[in-house]
Amino acid sequence: MTGWRLADGGPVIPNFGHGSECLRDNGWLCTSWVRQHWGDILQPALVQHIELTLIAVGIGFAIAFLLALVGFRWRVFDPPLGAFTDILYTIPSIALYQLLVPVTGLTVTTIEIALVSYTLFVLYRNIVAGLRAVPPEVLESARGMGLTRRQTFLRVELPLAAPAILAGLRVATVATISIATVAAFLIYYGLGGPIFDALGQPDIFRTELLASGGLAILLALSADALLALLQRALTPWSRLR
Amino acid sequence: MRTEAAELVFDEATKVYPGRESAAVDHLSLTVPAGEICVLVGPSGGGKTTALKLVNRLIPLTSGDIRIDGTSILEQDVVELRRSIGYVIQQVGLFPHMTVEGNIGTVPRLYRRPRSWIKARSAELLELVGLDPSYAKRFPAQLSGGERQRVGLARALAANPPLMLMDEPFGAIDPIVRARLQDEFLRLQKEIRKTVVFVTHDVDEAIKVGDRIAILREGGRLAQYDTPQQILEHPADEFVAEFVGRDRALKALALRTLGELELSPATEDGLPRLPADTSLRDALALLVAERRNALLVIGADGAPLGVATREDLLA
Repeated sequence: MTGWRLADGGPVIPNFGHGSECLRDNGWLCTSWVRQHWGDILQPALVQHIELTLIAVGIGFAIAFLLALVGFRWRVFDPPLGAFTDILYTIPSIALYQLLVPVTGLTVTTIEIALVSYTLFVLYRNIVAGLRAVPPEVLESARGMGLTRRQTFLRVELPLAAPAILAGLRVATVATISIATVAAFLIYYGLGGPIFDALGQPDIFRTELLASGGLAILLALSADALLALLQRALTPWSRLR
Repeated sequence: MRTEAAELVFDEATKVYPGRESAAVDHLSLTVPAGEICVLVGPSGGGKTTALKLVNRLIPLTSGDIRIDGTSILEQDVVELRRSIGYVIQQVGLFPHMTVEGNIGTVPRLYRRPRSWIKARSAELLELVGLDPSYAKRFPAQLSGGERQRVGLARALAANPPLMLMDEPFGAIDPIVRARLQDEFLRLQKEIRKTVVFVTHDVDEAIKVGDRIAILREGGRLAQYDTPQQILEHPADEFVAEFVGRDRALKALALRTLGELELSPATEDGLPRLPADTSLRDALALLVAERRNALLVIGADGAPLGVATREDLLA
């Protein structure tokens, strides 16, 4: 595309803003641009991105948890539920958007539906695996001491599954942050917006690409670290031995 | 919460697993007097563990009845029944995500005991099972096998149940620690006087631990139910005699002490001296090793009580 524009006789140096030297050279990270557009481009995109992720992981977790309860309690439902989340996961996101747009339109809802469906796979698998991994002798002693089915679930099975569930939550969150950038293919929303913007420039706008892409990476790393800390705090016993 | 020890009665208790023709436990009838340890022992396939789990209804009875202090287990709410019975298993089954104190507090919490009560009770029980109170804040992963089993015992005792079910509690522990745990368990039992049903496949453990031993043969039939001494000296049949072993006479000797013998007055000097609480088995071993025919029994204060001869030991 760049070549075509050049041949078309367009400007060799695109107008990337108020022509600081860095911008005129299309430098890798022009701080002046970042400072200038933090308020009107980067920050709103970051906030939208966090929103996208929180909603997707939150709803995804709620759905995956309910499905996992069913798959855990009634084993016959586990294979079909697992296969269902598998299939959702294998659909390419761009194809999924195309499928959804006729129904939900060019909206944030469309994006969220796609993101939620991707989180289900890892969350469902991890929740069920975590619940299943409770040692049989632990369950027997719980039953033998007179814990009801419900008490056993809430006081024994769920807390013991917590490390696996939180591990799934970490993977799902990081993956969602990454996949959510593709959402801008559909509408200008989240950090994908400025990324697509930068890529769409005649000569890739490096500063915008690096700033918004870098923010996505930083967001993923911070979310991962935060969840790792949460895991440590909630399950101090799981690091022993 | 009942706190006294309870009498336990198996009344024609029978278990046939679905799809099986033969019974796992076949018309088992026996009475465990309150405050005694009844050991269920026998070869694998004898239904020992099944019989144990019938009591707290982890396995449902097919027919017959089991009564605790006269009340049928079938008439009680199953959850209440289990909370009123201490349950200890070989793999312990401590909750890995709870501290030792949290584990011990499991049943008291179900009874909504306040935190301070649980804390005090846990300290008391840790001392009772021979662990330092500082163990309260540890997690099971930080304990050795023997320590875990002690905590398992403390947890089972937390609500002061009148009946304890113990399924091969020391089976997974190495022999030296096992012997110590057995000794401590017997010392503990002298203090707390629970009714205990104890499953093991180890005859020696049964003889050491049991006030009474129920020997179950294949198909879950009761071969003999008696005191260790009676079983060793008067086995009911070939099966029991074989099961307790060819050395049963020696095992019987291990159950009695020199102090229980009628001693003759001391006549000769230079006899080997042994305290009155020595078992006849150990005394005989000494006589054999030293090629002697008699020994001098001494009291706790060291004063001679009298002479025991080889014949006295074997009488």
